[in-house]
Amino acid sequence: MYNGGKIIVGLIIFVALFTFPFYYNIGKVNAKPEPKIDTPAIQHLTPEDKHCVQPKSFMRGEHMQLLNQWRDSAVRDGNRVYDGMGGKKYYISLQNTCMKCHSNKKEFCDKCHNYMGVTPYCWSCHIAPKEKES
Amino acid sequence: MSMNRRQFIKLAGISTILGIGGVSAIDRVKGSAVEAAHEGVLESEFPNPLIAKRWAMVVDVSKFKTEEDYQKCIDACHSIHNVPCCGTKKDEVKWIWTDTYEHAFPTQENEYIPGGIKNKPFLLLCNHCDNPPCVRVCPTKATFKRKDGIVMMDQHRCIGCRFCMAACPFGARSFNWRDPRPFIKKQNLEYPTRTIGVVEKCTFCFERLVKGLQPACVEASKGALVFGDLSDPSSEVRKILSTRYSIRRKQELGTQPSVYYLIGGIENA
Repeated sequence: MYNGGKIIVGLIIFVALFTFPFYYNIGKVNAKPEPKIDTPAIQHLTPEDKHCVQPKSFMRGEHMQLLNQWRDSAVRDGNRVYDGMGGKKYYISLQNTCMKCHSNKKEFCDKCHNYMGVTPYCWSCHIAPKEKES
Repeated sequence: MSMNRRQFIKLAGISTILGIGGVSAIDRVKGSAVEAAHEGVLESEFPNPLIAKRWAMVVDVSKFKTEEDYQKCIDACHSIHNVPCCGTKKDEVKWIWTDTYEHAFPTQENEYIPGGIKNKPFLLLCNHCDNPPCVRVCPTKATFKRKDGIVMMDQHRCIGCRFCMAACPFGARSFNWRDPRPFIKKQNLEYPTRTIGVVEKCTFCFERLVKGLQPACVEASKGALVFGDLSDPSSEVRKILSTRYSIRRKQELGTQPSVYYLIGGIENA
C-alpha cells in the first residue's frame, strides 16, 4: 500500500472526529424538554378549570392533529365551537384561545419543537403572544 | 489548472468538514426579536352567531358624501384584518377600496350620465359571487364557497399560483409579493396576518359573523352599507332591493355578484 502510514493515521483521525459527538455526550443525561405552563392566565384558573381542552396526555401526543381539526372547522366549516373535556365549550382559535392561556410560546411551544427539530409554520401568519426575552 | 482525482477527494473532504461546522454557526447568529409582556384571557363567551343561506351587501352610494365616509370603512376593515399598507402600487394589498364609476361598471357607462355619479368614488370589495370563477380555477381548493355564500380563502392551503387573481373579473384579490408584517401599522393580535406568497381578499368578516357581529365596514359605515341574508324575503337587504333599483358589477359575466349598488337619481350628485 502506498503511503500506508499516512492513510491509516488519516483514517484514525477521521473516525475519532466523526464519533466525537458520541464520546463527548457519553454519560451525560440528555435533558428532556420541560414546557412551562406557569403563565399568569393559567395561574388565575380555578383548580377545577385548570386543564386544557383535552387531557394532558392527549394534548402531548395529538395536539397537531387537533390543531388541524380546529383549522378545518374554523376556516372551512365555519364552526368555532369545540366541545372539550367535561362538556366545556371552547372558542376555536389558535391566537385567541390556545395562546391566551399559553402566552409563553418560547417556554411552551418552542421548548419541544426545538428539541425535536420541527419548525411548524404557524407563526408566519398567526401572531405569537408578546413575551419577554428570556 | 487541472485537478486529479486525489486532489478532488481531498478538497471535497475538507469542504464537507467545514460545512458541518458552518450550519450550527449560522443558527446561532440568527437573532430573535425583543417582545413585551402580554396578559392572557380565556375566550368564555359564545354569543349567537349570525347565520344565513346567502350573505349579501347593499352599498347605498348616496350615503357616501365625503372622502372620510369611504376612508372610515376602509380603515375599519384594514386595521382589524392586519392588511399591510403604504407600499408601491404594484405591492398594494386591498380588501376594500374605491374606484371610479367607469372602472367599476365599465359596460354600464355612457358619456351623458350625471357628473355626480361619473366622478364619484365607488366602494368596491370582493363580490362573493354565486358562481365564483376564482373558486373554479384554484388548484388546491384554497379558495372555496361556503354554504352561506361567502367566498373564503384558506391561507393554509394557498400556494400563491395567482390563478384566482387572473380569474377574478373584479380585481378583488391581492398577492403578497413581500412579507406583509413590517407594513402593518398596528397589529390586531386577535387576527392573523398573511405571509409572503399568498393571495388575500375580503372574507365578509367570517370571524365577526360567528361572534354575532356585522362586518367591520358595515358597522363603520353607519347605515350606508347594509348586510343581510338574500334568501330571507324579510331581511333588510331584500326589502331594500325590492323597493329600490340596484346594479351589480359586470353582471353580463354571469358570476352573480352579491354586492348590490343603489345608484339612485340625480339627487346623489
